[in-house]
Amino acid sequence: MSANQFQNPVVRWIDHRLPIFSFLNHEATEYPTPKNLNYFWNFGSLAGISLVIMIITGIVLSMNYTAHVDYAFDSVERIMRDVNHGWLLRYIHMNGASFFFIVVFIHIFRGLYYGSYKAPRELLWMLGVVILLLMMATAFMGYVLPWGQMSFWGATVITNLFSAIPFAGEGIVTWLWGGFSVDNPTLNRFFSLHYLLPFVIVGVVILHLVALHRFGSNNPLGIDTRGPQDTIPFHPYYTIKDFFGLSVFLTFFAAAVFFFPNFMGHPDNYIPANALQTPAHIVPEWYFLPFYAILRAVPDKLGGVLAMFGAIAVLFILPWLDRSPVRSGRFRPIFKIFFWVFFADCLVLGYIGAMPAEGIYVVIGRVATIWYFLHFLLILPILSVAETPRPLPQSISTPVFGGSGAMAGAAAAPKRKVE
Amino acid sequence: MKKLFLTLATAVLTASFSNVPVLAAGGGDVVLRQADWSFSGPFGTFDKASMQRGFQAYTEVCAGCHSMNYIAFRNLADLGYNEAEIKAIAAEYEVVDGPNDEGEMFTRNGIPADRIPAPYPNELAARAANNGAYPPDLSLIVKARANGADYLYSLLTSYEDAPAGTAVPEGMYYNAAYSGHMIAMPQPLYGDDVEYADGADTSMDAVAKDLVNFMAWTAEPALEERKRTGVAVMIFLVLLSGLSFGAMRFIWADVKKTRA
Repeated sequence: MSANQFQNPVVRWIDHRLPIFSFLNHEATEYPTPKNLNYFWNFGSLAGISLVIMIITGIVLSMNYTAHVDYAFDSVERIMRDVNHGWLLRYIHMNGASFFFIVVFIHIFRGLYYGSYKAPRELLWMLGVVILLLMMATAFMGYVLPWGQMSFWGATVITNLFSAIPFAGEGIVTWLWGGFSVDNPTLNRFFSLHYLLPFVIVGVVILHLVALHRFGSNNPLGIDTRGPQDTIPFHPYYTIKDFFGLSVFLTFFAAAVFFFPNFMGHPDNYIPANALQTPAHIVPEWYFLPFYAILRAVPDKLGGVLAMFGAIAVLFILPWLDRSPVRSGRFRPIFKIFFWVFFADCLVLGYIGAMPAEGIYVVIGRVATIWYFLHFLLILPILSVAETPRPLPQSISTPVFGGSGAMAGAAAAPKRKVE
Repeated sequence: MKKLFLTLATAVLTASFSNVPVLAAGGGDVVLRQADWSFSGPFGTFDKASMQRGFQAYTEVCAGCHSMNYIAFRNLADLGYNEAEIKAIAAEYEVVDGPNDEGEMFTRNGIPADRIPAPYPNELAARAANNGAYPPDLSLIVKARANGADYLYSLLTSYEDAPAGTAVPEGMYYNAAYSGHMIAMPQPLYGDDVEYADGADTSMDAVAKDLVNFMAWTAEPALEERKRTGVAVMIFLVLLSGLSFGAMRFIWADVKKTRA
């Protein structure tokens, strides 16, 4: 639709000078989208909406929050007690972080299963990994702000990781802290960065979307769209599907906010920070647990830090580790098995991260960590050449095994009976 | 497909959630006594009569050592007291205020806007008066402990003689519900520690429950409003999900037809 096709003369006048309406029409309405996307493709828009929810509640919370070691805890309690609906804002923000990660993790595993990282979407995938890193930094610093016991000790443990860097480590840690321990300067800069980084995420999300719209969405078959018969306009088909997904997501989210708001938190964070009293178990938020398990699996401090960052770094080079030309796991019988093993491995790592680092947990943690890296560095490259993929359909509209192939069983990989 | 997605989503959710109780677990050798709290569950509400009794028991038994820093007298309206009663309760306390026009601090009677005065001026004074142990502020205690309500109920009612062979150090007490069992807080309740105006049960068990009901409120005064709002929000969202599902089926009907 070109600019002069808009009915409204004001819209037409503006669009001629600033083609914002043409842009929206092109990228959000006409935008051709594969017609066979399953519900796992809902999680990208859900992640975007989660980010918006976090930014809005965060801005309002910050109007009532005091970033000072003597007042931070009290100001959060004031939000909970005296600010109108402050409890709602805070619980949405608190649980929103967890739900943001749930959504993003599903989004990532979807990309892993359907090969969404493969050419020509490598940069799209890498920008996503950047977003994940920024999210982790933001979430970590946000958890410090209430200045409870877990805030303080979590900050101490995580910032101390940088002391593992040879030679410069101690200096870097002092520089991060703005002093010689986690203290008021640390809290102030964490607040500043916690406010800044979400907007950096917005910037990277925009790049993520630009890269996405270059080639359009991948799809459960993992084959390119071959023409108009394979696609449908984004609006109304995927706007309504995303809206339905959003309603369901918000139902789960609201259940947590209104009925289990502290379920994913730690009770110790309702104790004001005390530098003289270490909690019995210092555990990070649940979404860091797999990485925490990898950190602790390596007996050497520097090695542990490298392994933890390596767990993310390996995602950056994933498009070049998995060289199989077939994207979707549906047509890769062996890959499919290893994908689910890898998924289970991540759950195991999360469980181990929550357990004390002793006895059998250490052994399981090490095996799971080794498997994590083996999957990327050995199994995927070998499968790229060793596996014989099943025949691919000609196109999205003519699936190779006829019938209802295109939609059914998209996510049903492990349970073939569903097909 | 839809069913499968839901199963997967719940699997992922429960898997991520199931970590949490493990995280929150306190000392491993402690078995908590459980009670049926009026504020638990999606429709939970506070038991106002019990909270008023709990407030009385807090004032008479706990407040000698434990502060309640986040609670102002005006908040007691949530317990069902009216304005006159709150003013009368506040007026029983002496509050340090100032400086006045001469630059001096002075004491006056409390008003509803005052927080409940703390028993000690600071942590060091509190430690000095309690053998070096610090009686924690009780405002948030129910949220600051795993399974807070059951835990505090158990703690208040689980003072026992130490098992034979267990040495209890000077100034410590044996409590079956406390992690490690050695607690610096002397047994606070013995039964009939308070006299209730409404003639309610004053056994140790009943007073402990009153105290927990009171402290559950001090930890989360907005709990009733939260759950009430939550029920309405859930009904709305379930309806919205149903409607948007219908709308989606309607809009997608032509695509589905051409595919089959």
